Amino acid sequence: MALIELKDISKTYNTTAVPVNALKDINITFEKQEFTAIVGPSGSGKTTMLNILGGLDKPTNGTVIIDNNDITKMKPGNLVDFRLNKIGFVFQAYNLIPVLTALENVEFIMLLQKVSKKERREQAENLLQDVGLGDRMDNRPSQLSGGQQQRVAVARALASKPAFVLADEPTANLDSKSAESLLDMMEEMNKKHNMTFIFSTHDARVIKRARRVVTLEDGMVKEDKINK
Amino acid sequence: MYFKLAWKNIWRNKKRTVIVSASVFFAVILACVMRSAQLGSYSYMIDSAAKMQTGYLQIQGEKFWENRSLDESIQLTSGFQDSLQKINHITSLTPRLEAFALLSKDSITKVSPVIGIDPQKEHNMTELDKKLVSGQYLQSGDQGIIIASGLAKRLKAVLGDSIVLYGSGFHGQIAAAELKITGIVELPLPQMNDAMAFIDLPNAQYIYAAPGRITSLSIMIDNIRNLETVNDAVHGMLTNKLTVMTWDEMMPDLVQSIEMDNASGLIMIGILYMVIAFGVFGTIMMMTAEREKEFGILNSIGMKKQRMIFVSLIESVMISLIGVVFGVLGSIPITAYLKANPIVLSGDSAAAWESLGIEPIMTFSVNPDIYFWQSIIVFVIALFCALYPLLFIGHLKPIQAMRR
Repeated sequence: MALIELKDISKTYNTTAVPVNALKDINITFEKQEFTAIVGPSGSGKTTMLNILGGLDKPTNGTVIIDNNDITKMKPGNLVDFRLNKIGFVFQAYNLIPVLTALENVEFIMLLQKVSKKERREQAENLLQDVGLGDRMDNRPSQLSGGQQQRVAVARALASKPAFVLADEPTANLDSKSAESLLDMMEEMNKKHNMTFIFSTHDARVIKRARRVVTLEDGMVKEDKINK
Repeated sequence: MYFKLAWKNIWRNKKRTVIVSASVFFAVILACVMRSAQLGSYSYMIDSAAKMQTGYLQIQGEKFWENRSLDESIQLTSGFQDSLQKINHITSLTPRLEAFALLSKDSITKVSPVIGIDPQKEHNMTELDKKLVSGQYLQSGDQGIIIASGLAKRLKAVLGDSIVLYGSGFHGQIAAAELKITGIVELPLPQMNDAMAFIDLPNAQYIYAAPGRITSLSIMIDNIRNLETVNDAVHGMLTNKLTVMTWDEMMPDLVQSIEMDNASGLIMIGILYMVIAFGVFGTIMMMTAEREKEFGILNSIGMKKQRMIFVSLIESVMISLIGVVFGVLGSIPITAYLKANPIVLSGDSAAAWESLGIEPIMTFSVNPDIYFWQSIIVFVIALFCALYPLLFIGHLKPIQAMRR
């Protein structure tokens, strides 16, 4: 059974005079431990697909099954809980809580899960050690470089022990060195924690490192290939 | 951690938080001092008027208040008075026999309320002896009369002069006597100082042909908060043809004046807090709107809207409470100082107070209720201000919010 299954997914935006078909009859599955890049030109439907995968947006048609749950039928409140417990998010602009330290940012997600203070502190410290920020735990986001902030974001995404991590252009704001370093770390997390990573990206470096590359064009899957 | 997050959030923009908290701080100080002055003055007005005039309660004949006639005078046994004295919270009982009479000195005649008093008990209630400016205070069994200095002036009488009392006694009998002025008192209120005269109660009862009778028994209590309890207890002891009146029934002008002043004070404080509420509301609105993207992200990663609203509510309460806590702490020494050093009024304000039969002194209250209610009001303002994040976050769409 696939971890994620998209069946006949379509998404049409009616916000403009002419309806926009962002996704057209997408059928695709993602297995556990994948390290997959979703690529395609601007307007191809990458972000829409990621939003639907993350339960942030509802498809116009079709169903999304994640870990045997049809998230298209979930009520908003349940969907928030589902996102909290099953999906880790990494955003292009890091999006950490600016007033909290790196450690608190990672802890925060576990606070939402009602993990005990001792346990969440221990786990957050371990994760920050894993992403190479053991010495920057008490720094606020503004005191960290872009690469370091994105590492904290990855640690935060992993802290909730999700079924998979969705990363929206995670290297877009990073220089080459930081991007490579982040990808190394994510690959390591993928192997160490058997974590599934799904990225949307334009970045050739990410595409090169992905084990599977799904190419979208005009809202349809144009190519789905395994990188060797 | 939610409290920690809220605390850190309010300090994202330090200047803004300091300005809003400072506005709450000054509003609380102003409101506390205003309320302290109002409540302190009301309390003083009531106590002063009760002491000088009616007492907190008065036992009278059923129709005395309407007719003011000696024919409505009453007889209270000493056993009844002893039982009254045993009621909790009663501090003193002061019997009086009050009747209007003509007082004449040579060719000058004035109408005066001549009051028969028990000198010791009157001292306990009104401290009349302390108002003596010449002569001697009445002693039990005295045959003389004490008159107020204004009346003495109007009669062109001095200490030692004899004046003639002429009036109507109990059941239409003639009341007439020649009385020697043994003391002159200075009463603080002009209308009282120009008219009043006091004689020993048995002497008054003899002159007015009303032996053993009084027109009122004034009751003083330890605290106005106990008025209801004492009133109920006294009511329970009354027999036919007796009634008990409370200070507010006997001094409606004072009640009306207090109510009007209180209403205007509350309106002032209401306006003050409305201004503050909009200040806090504006700040919370800005704090919420400028974090729209952050709210979108938090909702995306799994923070429920209720929790975000809760954090915003804590922020609103924290900003307000900083001002309240320091405001209350700041207002306590100010009001305590003003209570210890009341303000003596002069000019028109003094005249207005005197017209109500009260000495023109503005006293302050340090009743904990004053500070408690300011905290409650600001807390309600904070809750009101949290309505905005409630609506804002309630309608938040994470995808749109994250695009901001």
